[in-house]
Amino acid sequence: MLTIKDLHARVEEKTIIKGLNLEIKPGEVHAIMGPNGAGKSTLGYVLSGREGYEVEQGEVTFNGANLLEMEVEERAQAGLFLAFQYPVEIPGVSNMEFMKESVNAMRKARGEDELSSAEFLKKAKAACKQVNLPLDFLKRGVNEGFSGGEKKRNEIMQLIMLEPKLAILDESDSGLDVDALQVVANGVNSQRDGKRSFIVVTHYQRLLDFIEPDYVHILAQGKIVKSGGPELAKEVEASGYAWLGQAQEGEEA
Amino acid sequence: MSEQIDQALARKYDAGFVSEIESETFPVGLDEDVIRRLSAIKGEPEWMLEWRLKAYRTWLKQTEPEWAHVDYPKINYQDISYYSAPKSMKDKPKSLDEVDPELLRTYEKLGIPLHEQEMLAGVAVDAVFDSVSVVTTFREKLEEAGVIFCPISEALQKYPDLVKKYLGTVVPRGDNYFAALNSAVFTDGSFVYIPKGVRCPMELSTYFRINEQNTGQFERTLIVADEGSYVSYLEGCTAPQRDENQLHAAVVELVALEGAEIKYSTVQNWYPGDENGKGGIYNFVTKRGLCEKNAKISWTQVETGSAVTWKYPSCILKGDNSVGEFYSVALTRGKQQADTGTKMIHLGKNTKSTIISKGISAGYSNNAYRGLVRMGPGAEGARNFTECDSLLIGDKCGAHTFPYIESSNPSAIVEHEATTSKVSDDQLFLCQQRGLDPEKAVSMIVNGFCKEVFRELPMEFAVEAGKLLEISLEGSVG
Repeated sequence: MLTIKDLHARVEEKTIIKGLNLEIKPGEVHAIMGPNGAGKSTLGYVLSGREGYEVEQGEVTFNGANLLEMEVEERAQAGLFLAFQYPVEIPGVSNMEFMKESVNAMRKARGEDELSSAEFLKKAKAACKQVNLPLDFLKRGVNEGFSGGEKKRNEIMQLIMLEPKLAILDESDSGLDVDALQVVANGVNSQRDGKRSFIVVTHYQRLLDFIEPDYVHILAQGKIVKSGGPELAKEVEASGYAWLGQAQEGEEA
Repeated sequence: MSEQIDQALARKYDAGFVSEIESETFPVGLDEDVIRRLSAIKGEPEWMLEWRLKAYRTWLKQTEPEWAHVDYPKINYQDISYYSAPKSMKDKPKSLDEVDPELLRTYEKLGIPLHEQEMLAGVAVDAVFDSVSVVTTFREKLEEAGVIFCPISEALQKYPDLVKKYLGTVVPRGDNYFAALNSAVFTDGSFVYIPKGVRCPMELSTYFRINEQNTGQFERTLIVADEGSYVSYLEGCTAPQRDENQLHAAVVELVALEGAEIKYSTVQNWYPGDENGKGGIYNFVTKRGLCEKNAKISWTQVETGSAVTWKYPSCILKGDNSVGEFYSVALTRGKQQADTGTKMIHLGKNTKSTIISKGISAGYSNNAYRGLVRMGPGAEGARNFTECDSLLIGDKCGAHTFPYIESSNPSAIVEHEATTSKVSDDQLFLCQQRGLDPEKAVSMIVNGFCKEVFRELPMEFAVEAGKLLEISLEGSVG
């Protein structure tokens, strides 16, 4: 599904990703963990094509296509979804309008007919229910006046609505209490269907208690320094990231 | 991003075509003889000619206002033709069948079919082409309700007393430079009278089209809502794409008698000029309404066109408990300039006014809100609320706010809120990540920003306005 080879990327003048390799197959859940500043969020932005995030070197293929040559919206339409760590507000545009435009833009790109208002509403109501958001959420402005937890749940609601091929969750657990975390995780788990893949970016192991990954990668100083199964996350939980500093230095030496 | 935005904002003007119509057009130039000829063609009563000449003499002594935040070369008023009418209109066609089909096609192309069976049900249209009204639809149906809706030139002949009683009572003929010029040379426009206690059975609208080169359009609209009546009125305007600037100096007067309500909406889409600021309409307009006791006047405007806009639809809240409202969306892009806002003059007790202004600037444009709220000594318990928000798209445009507040009554309350925001990279990225192209994203963000104002438009036109913004913004994203 996604193959990243020797990726180097910079933000402004600073190189953040320095030789990252990753292979994700359909249906797999990969957790990417790492200390602050390791480049975790940057990876999500580079993959989704955000302006200002410049690829210096490397290749990324997504279902056979050269991802790096595609526009942001083309990547989205091809099935790449990013759940934002800090979703931005769009005042005056209701969640409903926003999602309707979005769902239909995706459908159009796939050569499908637009959803009727009734079909859309049915789908939207079901998605709201799944992440425990009241229906009047659909009428409110996109993220306008939402609490941190509501914003995160809203992102998962969008994930459910848009049915992407690959979803990148950028610290979808940050700032959530255990109950909200459970709701977010349930929403994500409901979308695991054996075909859809996930990249779960997180600082803490906590989220991985609820969303069990197939692989865990430790990202430090712009590259994956260690990969393993779910047990690797527990290791991090026990010993933190302090050991990384030495490992990194050792490697570079 | 700003490069993308610039591209998306590159202009496309759908109404820029020219109609091949033979016209009778005055040679350029202005003097008392021109005014006499104009008045004679219209077959006006003697007092009207006198009124025009007095206005002209006042205008000669006045100077063009320079206080607005706009910049344009000096206008040579002797280079303008003050009258132009399709030749086919000379014989005054009695019905639509007799109207030149080319004229009808022009309006059809603009999306305004004039055959009643094809029209939006419930909207009557007065179509003004250059200096004359081509046709007014649904007149019989309106007459049944006692509503008068006709070209003002016709009203001067059929209802001279009504016109004489109210003309110039809200905007005096020497009010300001452009109003005085209009008073001297106005050609056509609409006249509306709603009798006592009548709720006008349909929306009324006037559609202004400038076609001829080197002409100015000086329309004059007078709406009188008698006691306890209600009317909703809408005007739209377009012009061909030309390299020369053209002047549009209109005057609109609204009179809302005791307990009456007038809702006046404008969708202004005059040709804005090209991306270098060449051509386009100078839109210098005086609009004012007078509210008697318990009356209400509501102005809603969506301004997307014109090279330069100078326009302040205002309310004089003379009667106790009267209400004035101003809802405005002004979008400027390219090198457009807009200085627009309102005046709310509170004279009566417990008068209320609300001002919601949304300015959107893109490209190299400048967008200014200028508003005056005056609480007179008698405005016991009066209230005003003003909200004025600016949205910037890109980093080469400007937004300016000039609020003036004068209060002579300590019991009056005036509130003013202002914000300035930008279409942010974050918002654009979120939309694109959800599959929307940048143009769609910007138009959605802008539409959201304008929602409070669009809500106030009659439904058919709210959709229209949304689409208009979309077209205007096409190519403005990058």
